[in-house]
Amino acid sequence: MNTLNAMALPLSISLSAVSGLGVLFALLGQPVISGGWFNALLVLAVAAVLALRLPTPWRSGLLALLALTLTLMLRANNEDKIAFYLLLAVLIASFLLPNLTRLVRIALGASILLIAIPLAGLSNSFLFELGIQIGIFAALALGLNLVVGQAGLLDLGFAAFFAVGAYTWGIFGSPQAAQFIGGFPAQGLEGNFLYLFMALAIITAAITGVLIGLPALRLRGDYLALVTLGLGEVVRILANNLDKPLNITNGPQGITPVNRPDVGILADFLRAIGAERIYGRPIDDAIAYAFFFYLLVLVVIGIVLLTNLRLANSRFGRAWVAIREDEIAAKAMGIPLLATKLLAFATGAAFSGIMGAVFAAKQTFVSPESFTLQASIAILAFVILGGMGSIGGAVVGAAAVTVLNLGILKDFSDLLNTWRQTGVSILGYNMSNLPPQLNPAKYERMVFGLILILMMIYRPEGLIPEKRHRVELQEAREEAKEGSRI
Amino acid sequence: MTVADLLSILPQTILEGLLLGFVYAMVALGYTMVYGVLGLINFAHSEVFMIGAVIGLEVFRFWGNPEAPVISNPFLLLLAAIMVAMTGSGIVAVLIERLAYRPLRRRGTKNILVPMITAIGVSFLLQDLTRIYAALRHNEFNMQYRTYDALNAVFMLPMQTTIQVKGIVLIAVSILMLIGLTYLVNRTKLGKAIRAVSQDMQTAALMGINADTIISRTFLIGGALGGVAGVLFGLLYTNVTPYSGVLPGLKAFIAAVLGGIGNIPGAMVGGLVLGQLETLSGTYLPFLTNGNFGTEYKDVFAFLTLVLLLLFRPQGLFGQNVSEKV
Repeated sequence: MNTLNAMALPLSISLSAVSGLGVLFALLGQPVISGGWFNALLVLAVAAVLALRLPTPWRSGLLALLALTLTLMLRANNEDKIAFYLLLAVLIASFLLPNLTRLVRIALGASILLIAIPLAGLSNSFLFELGIQIGIFAALALGLNLVVGQAGLLDLGFAAFFAVGAYTWGIFGSPQAAQFIGGFPAQGLEGNFLYLFMALAIITAAITGVLIGLPALRLRGDYLALVTLGLGEVVRILANNLDKPLNITNGPQGITPVNRPDVGILADFLRAIGAERIYGRPIDDAIAYAFFFYLLVLVVIGIVLLTNLRLANSRFGRAWVAIREDEIAAKAMGIPLLATKLLAFATGAAFSGIMGAVFAAKQTFVSPESFTLQASIAILAFVILGGMGSIGGAVVGAAAVTVLNLGILKDFSDLLNTWRQTGVSILGYNMSNLPPQLNPAKYERMVFGLILILMMIYRPEGLIPEKRHRVELQEAREEAKEGSRI
Repeated sequence: MTVADLLSILPQTILEGLLLGFVYAMVALGYTMVYGVLGLINFAHSEVFMIGAVIGLEVFRFWGNPEAPVISNPFLLLLAAIMVAMTGSGIVAVLIERLAYRPLRRRGTKNILVPMITAIGVSFLLQDLTRIYAALRHNEFNMQYRTYDALNAVFMLPMQTTIQVKGIVLIAVSILMLIGLTYLVNRTKLGKAIRAVSQDMQTAALMGINADTIISRTFLIGGALGGVAGVLFGLLYTNVTPYSGVLPGLKAFIAAVLGGIGNIPGAMVGGLVLGQLETLSGTYLPFLTNGNFGTEYKDVFAFLTLVLLLLFRPQGLFGQNVSEKV
């Protein structure tokens, strides 16, 4: 290990430099090494800079160099998935650099989110889609993190609140409402009402949170998990069956089309700044809406994050932590248990409710399929991966799992499909015999399951642990060590 | 529908509820025993049950292959399926304990969320592993049990009630299993050890009982029962998917809570009661509400039962009230 540490600096510098030069030469039309080897070299360079122990100034410099290299690569070929994932990793790593002042961090984040990603997204709208999904899931993860991580209440039916938010706009922003309310506009409320309904969704979701919480929160931890799971299913079953006697949710077919807000101004703005050149064709609805929802999700996430941070440092936040650590002691200190827990439930529900409304508008379609137990567990997996109770962790967890599911698993599926069609044989097995049902993109449950198990066994504090949690676990480990010595 | 009509289908409904109830009872035992010794809701038990159903299905497929049957008598085949599924599910349950729960116990986390989240993870992982298996073997995740005339033959009972041979087998096997388990827990040394561990693990260890071995055996017994239930469930409803363990598992746990969690006779009674509740609500709700409330609302009933029960009698029908220790 020592030799590796001594070699760390020269190794990562040379790897980064070679890859940077490689891109430069390739762009100048004189590729020096073949594509496959070059990609491997890049992966190595990024891995070295990320994982090896480097002095901070060197690391930030190399990260900047790699970011530039990868951006150039993406510019040259915007379908280059490997460069894209590596770029994401580099960006996250530079965001996590220690000793950065808050201002620099915010400036860095803003420039990534508002300049780098939109620029890339205009040429490859998959990035917007990915960004929107990450944003939606991050809000859900933040909501659940508040309940599970900060207040220590395991909620296994969290998708229910998302559903309530989605149906709040889905029903009234579509022809659906006219089905059971006489005299309602036949096409539903027009899209710009979405902003009002985002506020309403906060309220309806919070009310649902209180309704589910009132019976459930009187129970002990493990029963709470089971009851929330059951009640979450009840919400889904209601959505699935409330097409009779009054057709409120349109049952399993779902509601479509859900109206979207007007984006004329945004499209004009894009035309004005000459985005057509990057997009490659005239600005149309598809790209305008992708950009719009990307911005909307960013704004909502910003609000949610700010609320969450302020709450965590408030009287309520401390009361939640106290309840999580020791309920009886918290009660003895005069914290009203039920009210405080209900507040956590309602706040978490509100976070996912507002995103639910955005989700309904973005998909233009709402159906019970999106709010199953699997969705609830997926949100739990984001929180666990990031670290229970850690606000930054919830966002990173959501981003990582979303990239894995939407990006990597799907790419792997495509790769298997190509192998299947071309009939490559690997380790003596002819890939064309592979059953078409074997489709990695469908095995999301396995990913969630593995994340939950591995994190719980090997790193229960998560990727970005909450401070208190980290200290606690360290103490527990030392205690266990002492115990085994005796 | 008149009242007379509604009454005339009552015996048949109760009989169907009884079949379902026995399945729930056997699965509930697995939950309740593990909860007894570890205080953990073993969410993965529903997958042990489902894997039992899949193993049974494969036995029927391979050994009962009509072209070259290893065993041609359907009853013997069923017996073989039950035996293999018992063994398989038991082993899966033991492996789950070894690989997922024991490392956590060793580390000694006090946080009760940690083992529960692990259990959910194991449950999800097993579902998709089974799905991969089904994709490789059957190229589809919807699997069908072979049907046999001898097992599907219908008997007429009084009051316009009918039962298939497989229904009779289900009841007979379940009763046998439940009696066997009661004997095992109450009359054997292993049973005594299980009861000791579930009462107080540390004191039991001081009395020379190896708690880890007993926990392992408990998983084995619970898993084996789950496997039997899986085969019988699959035989009865013929269709098995990697996800078909989730809802029955959840309801079986509700049954265990209904009977008082950790209480073995309670789990049996709870299963039977929940089976009745579910079939009765599933059959009568659509009639009573003119078809406005579909059969799917029976699940809502099961969950609401759980909520009401936990609010008003959290110790279940037979459990003793245990106050939380500070």
